Amino acid sequence: MKKLIAAGVVAALLSGVAPASAATQIDFWHAFTGRLGELLDEQVAKFNASQTDYTVVATNKGNYSETLNAGIAAFRAGEQPDILQVFEVGTATMMGAKGAIKPVYEVMAESGLPFDQSAYLAAVAGYYTTTEGQMLSLPYNSSTPVLYVNKDALKAAGLDPEMDLSTWEQVGTALDALKAAGNKCPLTTAWQSWVHLENLSAYHNVPFATKENGFAGVDTELTFNGDVQVKHIDTLGQWAKDGKFIYSGRRNEGGAPFRAGECALFTESSAGYAGVKKEATFDFAIRPLPYWSSVEGAPQNTIIGGASLWVMQGQTPEEYKGVAAFFNFLSSADIQAKWHQDTGYLPITMAAYEATKASGFYDANPGTDISIIQMTGKAPTANSKGLRLGSFDQIRGIIDEELEGVWNGSKSAKDALDSAASRGNELLRRFEQANR
Amino acid sequence: MEKRVVFDNRWLPYLLVAPQLLVTFVFFFWPAGQAIYQSAFIPDPFGLKTQFVGFGNFEYLFGNRYYRESFLTTAVFSVLVTISAMSFALWLAVLADRVIKGSSAYRTLLIWPYAVAPAIAGVLWLFMFNPFTGVIAWMLAHAGYVWNHNLDGGQAMALVVAASAWKQISYNFLFFLAGLQAIPKSVIEAAAIDGASFWRRFWTIVFPLLSPTTFFLLVVNIIYAFFDTFGVIHTITQGGPQQSTTILVYKVFADGFVGQDLGSSAAQSVVLLALVGILTVVQFRFIERRVHY
Repeated sequence: MKKLIAAGVVAALLSGVAPASAATQIDFWHAFTGRLGELLDEQVAKFNASQTDYTVVATNKGNYSETLNAGIAAFRAGEQPDILQVFEVGTATMMGAKGAIKPVYEVMAESGLPFDQSAYLAAVAGYYTTTEGQMLSLPYNSSTPVLYVNKDALKAAGLDPEMDLSTWEQVGTALDALKAAGNKCPLTTAWQSWVHLENLSAYHNVPFATKENGFAGVDTELTFNGDVQVKHIDTLGQWAKDGKFIYSGRRNEGGAPFRAGECALFTESSAGYAGVKKEATFDFAIRPLPYWSSVEGAPQNTIIGGASLWVMQGQTPEEYKGVAAFFNFLSSADIQAKWHQDTGYLPITMAAYEATKASGFYDANPGTDISIIQMTGKAPTANSKGLRLGSFDQIRGIIDEELEGVWNGSKSAKDALDSAASRGNELLRRFEQANR
Repeated sequence: MEKRVVFDNRWLPYLLVAPQLLVTFVFFFWPAGQAIYQSAFIPDPFGLKTQFVGFGNFEYLFGNRYYRESFLTTAVFSVLVTISAMSFALWLAVLADRVIKGSSAYRTLLIWPYAVAPAIAGVLWLFMFNPFTGVIAWMLAHAGYVWNHNLDGGQAMALVVAASAWKQISYNFLFFLAGLQAIPKSVIEAAAIDGASFWRRFWTIVFPLLSPTTFFLLVVNIIYAFFDTFGVIHTITQGGPQQSTTILVYKVFADGFVGQDLGSSAAQSVVLLALVGILTVVQFRFIERRVHY
């Protein structure tokens, strides 16, 4: 019996204590499953193998909303992870929680590791940077909307598959021809609010909200019911009525019919590339997101969607050092370049972009650099730096609801956007109150 | 003469019900109390700071037109789910009760959908009715009917009602069948000998004798439609198009877990709690009177 107990104690010591003394554990909660989850695990394994001081333990906590909620619940219970992946619309929520997060620039400065903020793509990092230029969270997976074109469908409608589709005016003529040729789904979209309001606003250099789209303060008000946006939504509404624009759902439900060859044009995230490439049995092309040539200053630049990595408060200095080392590893050119090429997400550093270019990836996969060119073509303005709005996930829900009213013809574009803005403003005031 | 068993031990009964009381307290009274408490505050999501607003959250809610409209949506949805789930189940139970050969196979198959989680049921129906790829949407299109629940609020409502009711039919079926089998055969046979037709026997004998079961199921189904259908709505419509399928419980989720607005979410839970409480009282007070035990 004594022997058994002794054996048990030894086993417990070996299993429980030994690894802890060898390396500091860094908990990383993320929202990736499937192929993206595998690629993330690969990065983590590579980091763990590259050194012996730290062990990063990556855990999936469901989708973006669920991961954020898990992080919040854990923080309330004092069990928060070191790193939490939060989608871009949760940025204002995280920023508001000053006592819950530790800004990345602080983590990096304390670690003493080299950290050059200018190495990051300004258009990407800007979303997660204060107006004073301090990086709050590390950009991880970022994408931007582009136009996917089914060239075979254009050909079938008697159009030149290489035709210029850089403006919505040109898209309009293509849609007429497609419709006349009997195409059942000339145009569809994913993430309607993100593509057709948020990015539309940035791309045409008009404000989505006051106070630099919320970057300069929480007392911001939505202004996406301006002329440019109303005209765009009104046009789309007209196209929906004529059967030229087909509404497929609030998320990326339009992906399935596009990949099946039913839809001719599709506005979707650049990260949808991997799926289209894998499934499409037709000749396709990636084009820049169209703009209205009638709007002066367009095209400006598009903004990102995706997620960033936030560091949580309340961990030991040793763990923060490990986080800094891991972030440095993630930002390195070869890791970033591989991530960019595998997933279709944007590279977060200039060096990763150059490395990818040098490797000939863009020549072998035409169109994959469009997202970067589209984002970095012009220096971002106050209207095109990004969005930082509280309760934004919910505001997107309101926008979805109101846009559906336009697509089914029960509301005019102006009424719908006015109503969305005033309902959204109510939520912004609630958020302001909670974060006073 | 009254027959009674008397327990001398004063504490034993309390001890015996203690586990159940504990469960009720921990899983019902405590969270409900928390919700009532939280409804008076506007906290930030991380619980770092919080402000007392009294009834402010309720004022905010009832001042919101979309919240008030959500009551009507919920009423329409619950009534439709309850009526369709119960009437279908009763019809199936009456038929299954008359089956002689292979009755156990029928019964088992009819009970199956109950084992499906609401979210899975939602996805299942979504696959069939997907406007692009759904097999039923495709068949409807060939019959000349355009199905697009992404844009048509009526179709969206019909779809979530169908999916929610379908899942509940099994449960109702089980109880109706048990109820039917408990009705003495002699009564029905006597009526049959008197020349009463099947439907006459059903309406004058079977249905009144089933009333305790029907009443029980009415309460259960309304509570189901109010609370458990969340998964179906979430997977099929997310409350859309526009607000056409945003029922109260879905709003609790949307505001609490998507919007991180815990104060408003807690206030909505309290409203729901009160509403279901009132409904249950009304049911017991007015409908139960007409039930024959």
